[in-house]
Amino acid sequence: MRKWLVQPEFDITRDQERCIQCQVCVRQCANDVHEYDDEDGVVCSENAGCVGCHRCATLCPTGAVKINQSKLDFRPNAYWTPSIIRNVYKQSEGGGILLSSMGNDRPFRNYWDMMVLNASQVTNPSIDPLREPMELTTYLGRKPDRIEVEKSGNGFSLKTKLAPQLHLEIPIMFSAMSYGSISLNAATALARAAMEMGTFANSGEGGLHWSLHPYAENMIVQVASGRFGVNAEYLNRSAAVEIKIGQGAKPGIGGHLPGEKVDASISETRMIPEGTDALSPAPHHDIYSIEDLRQLILALKEVTQNTKPVSVKIAAVHNVAAIASGCVHAGADIVAIDGFRGGTGAAPTMIRDNVGIPTELALAAVDERLRKEGIRNRASLVVAGGFRCSADIVKAIALGADAVYIATSALVAMGCHLCQKCYTGKCNWGIATQDPYLMKRLNPDVATRRLINLLRSWELEIKEMLGGMGVNAIESLRGNREHLRGVGLDQTELETLGIKPAGMGA
Amino acid sequence: MKNDKAEYLIIGNSTAAISAVEGIRTIDKITPIMLVSKEPYHTYSRPLISSLLAGKLNEEKMYYRPKEFYEENGVHEQLGVEAGRIDVQDNIVWTAANQAITFGKLLIATGGSPSIPPIEGWKTNGVFTHMCWNDAQTILNYITNNSFKHDGLTAVVVGGGLIGIKAAEALCARGLHVVIVEAADRMLSSCLNPAASQLVEETMREAGVEIRCGNTAERILNANGVVSGVVLKKGEIIPAQIIIIAAGVAPNIDMVKGTAIGVDRGILIDECCRTSAQDIYAAGDVAQYKDTITGNSCVIPIFPNAFRQGRTAGINMAGGKAVLPANFAMNSAEIFGLPVISLGLAAASAENFEVIEKINKTERSYKRFVLNNNCIVGALFISDIERAGIIAGLIREKLDITKIKELLLTNEFGLLSLPAEYRKHVVRGEGIEV
Amino acid sequence: MKRIYAREAYCLGCRLCEINCMVKHSRSKKIIKAFRKERDILQPSLQVENSGLLSFAVQCRHCDDAPCIDACITGAMHRDSKTGAVVCDESRCAGCWSCIMVCPAGAIRRGKERKVASKCDLCVAEKMPVCVANCPNEALVYEER
Repeated sequence: MRKWLVQPEFDITRDQERCIQCQVCVRQCANDVHEYDDEDGVVCSENAGCVGCHRCATLCPTGAVKINQSKLDFRPNAYWTPSIIRNVYKQSEGGGILLSSMGNDRPFRNYWDMMVLNASQVTNPSIDPLREPMELTTYLGRKPDRIEVEKSGNGFSLKTKLAPQLHLEIPIMFSAMSYGSISLNAATALARAAMEMGTFANSGEGGLHWSLHPYAENMIVQVASGRFGVNAEYLNRSAAVEIKIGQGAKPGIGGHLPGEKVDASISETRMIPEGTDALSPAPHHDIYSIEDLRQLILALKEVTQNTKPVSVKIAAVHNVAAIASGCVHAGADIVAIDGFRGGTGAAPTMIRDNVGIPTELALAAVDERLRKEGIRNRASLVVAGGFRCSADIVKAIALGADAVYIATSALVAMGCHLCQKCYTGKCNWGIATQDPYLMKRLNPDVATRRLINLLRSWELEIKEMLGGMGVNAIESLRGNREHLRGVGLDQTELETLGIKPAGMGA
Repeated sequence: MKNDKAEYLIIGNSTAAISAVEGIRTIDKITPIMLVSKEPYHTYSRPLISSLLAGKLNEEKMYYRPKEFYEENGVHEQLGVEAGRIDVQDNIVWTAANQAITFGKLLIATGGSPSIPPIEGWKTNGVFTHMCWNDAQTILNYITNNSFKHDGLTAVVVGGGLIGIKAAEALCARGLHVVIVEAADRMLSSCLNPAASQLVEETMREAGVEIRCGNTAERILNANGVVSGVVLKKGEIIPAQIIIIAAGVAPNIDMVKGTAIGVDRGILIDECCRTSAQDIYAAGDVAQYKDTITGNSCVIPIFPNAFRQGRTAGINMAGGKAVLPANFAMNSAEIFGLPVISLGLAAASAENFEVIEKINKTERSYKRFVLNNNCIVGALFISDIERAGIIAGLIREKLDITKIKELLLTNEFGLLSLPAEYRKHVVRGEGIEV
Repeated sequence: MKRIYAREAYCLGCRLCEINCMVKHSRSKKIIKAFRKERDILQPSLQVENSGLLSFAVQCRHCDDAPCIDACITGAMHRDSKTGAVVCDESRCAGCWSCIMVCPAGAIRRGKERKVASKCDLCVAEKMPVCVANCPNEALVYEER
């Protein structure tokens, strides 16, 4: 039965003066929206299938195709917005859970854009990063409570044995995106770019494909609730191991990769039979208390002979501070906090948009709690969930993060247009698909280059901002909330973030 | 008369001779080359004589290489000098004017001449062959200078092979009415099977040509010493003012008869274009070598083969090492506007070989593949000639095409239908010789 | 010399290479005008072969040992001494299609506008052939091998 209430979300306009009927759009749309009418000799389009991915508009050699939001306007209603109305239609016609992809797109307060950075003037002069050294190197791992040095020769040498550390050239890493949710080409590009830039990429819960083994020293591998691809070699090959307790986009629920997407390659990597659904349960079925978590952390450290940091990734929920503290006490070397703007390949829309708390607040709360307990040095804090630009990253570090994980911005850099249809498996840009025809669209060489360009650009911008603040090492910025001021925030928010309002001096 | 000495001596001035010059020059850039040619013209493209006759091009477009070719390549050309006989023992070529040229290395690239069938009265005024520039010019002069009115001029072309058909085409372009007579049951019987011939004949008839197959010219009639008609074997009398004899070509081997140079129908050569006599090479329409497909030793008077033989001979003459690549019959021409390409055993019968074909009579398009042991040994393309070269490569490489047999006739057939290894070899740019 | 190579793994079969080639070799050199006014005579010098998942662009290989030069009866097909590219002198081409008969890549076509052999000329006046420059997935590369 036709779903009458569900109307197209996008309007495709084709400027007939510019259209040369080359049919590139016809060939490139994964949703068969454009069609060439042989008889009339024109290309025509069906709005219904359009997801707003812009593949056609991007490749059109004359710019004849434009995609706009559907001009079918509702009477203006600030409460019953068009997308809310459409969701009800979808469910009344379809009867099921609304699915979505990528991150929370609702207009919750965006704290990054309500914090501003400082700059030096007169005293503490600014530094020109093009002329003077600017240190962005970051070490992730447990830092000792105290260090002992001993005399050696004319100087001193370190006596305390340090816990294993990850050396990052820049405080930005690629967040967990499982092979299965993204294509192998995309996963390869992320691994290559991480290696090239001296940072790390997280394999996600899909295991580590054999072709990515050459990059394994720049990979953080995940042990998630489904334990896909986990064995001793997998753990020892990597640079670090991350236990995934939760994910910002869908806290409290597990993951589901449909059987159709589990082809031979994914089956081999995840170590599950071909064609079976890959279900990641919500809890790890062997972790029901913080002691259980500690046991797993110790087990992983033992398997890896204590040579690799063990990270625990949690979703930002209401008592994230307490949970994070528990993780540190349990022995985590790194705690990764994933805020509610984090992306996903597929999640129920309601959960993606309504569960979890903003990254900024979670970060501030956790950093504060760990400092108060005097255990801030025992684990590095990595934050994830919606970093859109280098300014967001600088602010995050000022709030207390040691490094950030980026994912959505990495995918956008590779070509993603945030159409939020990853869950269909028909990614027109070759990123979130296992369809061999669509996968070709992501040339890993080009994607790697784009990722490296993005990281390099942000690296330069971070250096510029640091220099402007009169800071020449990222370490000086870390947790230094003095460098931040709030604009338009209320008193409680300022207190939660631990920053002063703009206008107030030192 | 001054006697000459030449380190490299080439008899001939057409395809094989020119490519031999170029072949020598890839190895030896200095030693002068001497070239003698019966015809007085700067090297020209023989196949273009029908275009000259038709009026489609002028003299300047006939030349095969630029005016500076001889000078730039260190060639001392003696045009209009005919080579008479060869003294194989002493390495001397005697010209018709009894000049002796002593050679270091000799290339015989004398091509072929039209063979005249036993037609009574063929020495009449108005009977021509269509083989060289002089022929075309003579025919042209005859048509234009004559007191005939052009309308009502009839020409009879004896021979339905490619030369005859091209002559017919040229004469049609000049406004003559043409009747073409062929001994076999169809036009171009050596490279077209009956179905293909039918399409060609349809096209010819549409252009106003009359065709008489399974027939021959027996006697040429004349009035006052000038051609007035032809009597065919089956009895018909065709009034005509011009007769073109295009009934076959024989290699010009007169000068080697009686010498130690091995000869059959043509001059026998090995894979380096050497004849049985030391320091003497042969190439082009005069040479005879093994057919890659059939294995038989035969003369294959085809332009690309002549070119390759010439170059191979040249390289070997200059001390380099080259071997002949694949050698088999192939033809490409537009016959009255209908593109036709034939490769190898294109006309072979389905009784002896596996044949895969598709014909569209309304569009006059035809594709035919002849297979032996799952290798393509012959192919024919009419109208749809694009990508024919890919098949030529498959014939030469003797590629087993079992897996792609069904794809041969599809519209998408191309490099992507072929095994990846073969395809990569082509695309890598090393070039495959045909 | 540098040549164009197609990487099968990345070709999407979108045919933007063909479109850009046509425009480059059109009279107007402007895409919309060329497609409106010159459509009947526009012909790309390369063609995208496509079957199922496999696709790639095929153009003249500018072979070192070019069979088309050997087979050309008029000497129109020759090698440009400066660039090394195999080029057809259209003023001398007789349209006999011997080159089409021997090209192992099937890369030569009959010209649409005039009866001459039509094939890739490596866009010799440009820094990079337009097909390579405009491939959205960098499936075509222009390099020495």
